[in-house]
Amino acid sequence: MRSAVLVFPGSNCDRDLAVAIRAVTGRAPEMVWHRDSELPQGTGLVAIPGGFSYGDYLRSGAMAARSPIMRAVIAAADRGVAVLGVCNGFQVLTEAGLLPGALMRNAGLSFVCRTVGLRVETGQSMFTSAYREGEDIALPVAHHDGNFQADAETLDRIEGEGRVALRYTGAVNGSARGIAGLLNDKGNVFGLMPHPERAIEDAHGNRDGRRLFEGLLEAVG
Amino acid sequence: MKARVFVTLKPGVLDPQGKAIHHALEGLGFAGIAGVRAGKLIELDLAEETQDAEIEAMCTRLLANTVIENFRIERA
Repeated sequence: MRSAVLVFPGSNCDRDLAVAIRAVTGRAPEMVWHRDSELPQGTGLVAIPGGFSYGDYLRSGAMAARSPIMRAVIAAADRGVAVLGVCNGFQVLTEAGLLPGALMRNAGLSFVCRTVGLRVETGQSMFTSAYREGEDIALPVAHHDGNFQADAETLDRIEGEGRVALRYTGAVNGSARGIAGLLNDKGNVFGLMPHPERAIEDAHGNRDGRRLFEGLLEAVG
Repeated sequence: MKARVFVTLKPGVLDPQGKAIHHALEGLGFAGIAGVRAGKLIELDLAEETQDAEIEAMCTRLLANTVIENFRIERA
């Protein structure tokens, strides 16, 4: 699988994501700078890392979503290329319009940094195919703006279409309907606040994030 | 020409920041506050010939996230 990890000024999980992708797929991703306007030839997965791109100025992910490389990512997503956004990457995807809704300041106003319980709501996506539907897993979160909000009509629609792939099993950040991870309508774009790349090896405490990348490897080839 | 853009959360959107400010004001002893909403003020220094439609496009494409925010433009 040929993959690309985007790097914005202020990204800080780009290396973690690259290490995880390499560990699972056996192939290191290309690191792609935000000022680049094209993805490497044959990119099958674009991964947008966590961090504080552009210092979270204006809104989390707002500046990154309008950077030159994101035009190429939006075009790639339209062609069906897999796009994964973790944490700040999820914020970038909503700001870019690739996913609906918005990620607002956590309801408790605090930065939340701990391992949280999650339910895999669908195994029918290239990102979750290696999990059992209804399976409870645990992944680390570390964010200040993870409170997913959308209007009731949008929430009903994404629920009805089976696009809420991951849900918190307890209170974390005030997200509407406990939404932790969301797919686009075609199922090739996935944004999630938890960090699967931080749960790859036994030394991380658990390996629940590993199967996300294993499923992707299987699907993208 | 200067323009000021006021970005505010849409009614009904929970504003944790406004809530915290509210609590802090009450903590200082101010009473009778029914609610607090926090927003942003962005000042633009623009060419004289800038059209309203262009400022509006700046708002919808970047300055406000219209999923959760409203904006109001005030030309000086």
